[in-house]
Amino acid sequence: MEVRRSFHEELQQLIAQLLMMGDMVEQSIAKSIRALKEQNLELARQVVEEDDAIDALELEIEAKCLELIARQQPMAKDLRKIATALKIITDLERIADHACNIAEACLKIGKEPLIKPLVDIPRMAELARGMLKKALDSYANNDVQLAYEVCRADDEVDSLHNQVFRELLTYMMQDPKNIQQATSLLFISSYLERIGDYTTNLAEWLIYMVTGERKKLND
Amino acid sequence: MTCSVINQVAFSIKDLQISYGKEKVIKGIALDIQEKEVTAIIGPSGCGKSTFLKTLNRMIDTVPSSRVTGSICYRGQDIYAASTNVVALRHNVGMVFQKPNPFPKSIFDNIAFGPRLQGVRDKQKLKQIVESSLKRTALWDEVKDRLNSSAFSLSGGQQQRLCIARALAVEPDVILMDEPCSALDPIATAKIEDLIEELRKQYTIIIVTHNMQQAARVSQKTAFFLTGNVIEFGETAKIFTKPKEKKTEDYITGRFG
Repeated sequence: MEVRRSFHEELQQLIAQLLMMGDMVEQSIAKSIRALKEQNLELARQVVEEDDAIDALELEIEAKCLELIARQQPMAKDLRKIATALKIITDLERIADHACNIAEACLKIGKEPLIKPLVDIPRMAELARGMLKKALDSYANNDVQLAYEVCRADDEVDSLHNQVFRELLTYMMQDPKNIQQATSLLFISSYLERIGDYTTNLAEWLIYMVTGERKKLND
Repeated sequence: MTCSVINQVAFSIKDLQISYGKEKVIKGIALDIQEKEVTAIIGPSGCGKSTFLKTLNRMIDTVPSSRVTGSICYRGQDIYAASTNVVALRHNVGMVFQKPNPFPKSIFDNIAFGPRLQGVRDKQKLKQIVESSLKRTALWDEVKDRLNSSAFSLSGGQQQRLCIARALAVEPDVILMDEPCSALDPIATAKIEDLIEELRKQYTIIIVTHNMQQAARVSQKTAFFLTGNVIEFGETAKIFTKPKEKKTEDYITGRFG
């Protein structure tokens, strides 16, 4: 027989809130990259505006975690679930900030023609979103395998970033007029690389949440 | 002092002072107890929390040396007015004690006792009251096949839920609980706490507890008592995360007490 029902209900609400925040962050990444591809400045501005809601949700979840710890004396897996929430919302918020940075870079590029067709950057964004999705599923379902998959996918994001860097370098050497936009694109690639790293941090906490062991997988 | 009905307030207490002989144990407190909420009273031993609880249904009248001044308005009625019907008050404001104290009777008769006292004679009606009271305390499934067994055949946790069911059988409005879990193991305690959460939809509950964590878990409002004064009274979530008073903070963080 289950006891402490109201605590478990509150914990479920917390999990739902965190997943909602994760979903919003994932949408931010998707929108910022779409804004870049379509040079849709309106959409880019929307990403920047929506960041406030994500920040607010982070504070709300944080307060809820602290309240649950103070009031409910969570133990074992419940405690790890709440501790993990408290840690990963910080990373989620930073990921959202990077999506915002990408949107701001789009605004900087504006409507000027792109110096090259975008292939690797959208590919990185897809990978990063996929990692984030998996991390959130892992949180919802206590699935440690998904968390390990997230860590593995990060290597691919890193190597794409190196590839983008080398390619942009050639454009810059070719014509100095390319430098300004190439730098913006390089920043975008770098933001995506950082998003991958933060998502790996999430995964490390998710492994802790399920197994109780802290592992460093992000080298 | 005059009392008026205040919306959503079960008890309105003003300038309450209580003495046992020459010793003043409650030194002038004011509190409004919201209806359909759990209000927890915490504080170190001897701070007056049980004394306070006992005044709310005038159980304190049984202590000959006690003296109560100030006012306690229950639903707009001064319960210390000469016109107060104490028996009716105790029907409305039921009580559950520290140790389960079932009567030496069958499970059925324990629950039916109060309603019979109120004049309910109809067997069907009594059966119905017993069943619904036991269901509300989540005890029905555990005892429905042995309603005629002695209440003492139940475990401690079941006995305490029986006592709560017995309090519910007379259709109270408020339930006072004086350390209802201190004699119970953690699982039985968790069941009572779940029950409290369930009951607050219908009843106003005031619980005295030595167990701060329990207060944090089950209540919406918490009052911190210290040497006969209310040091702080407010939202439980606030009291346990950022209390206003240093004395409250010291007590809940174990710096004294």
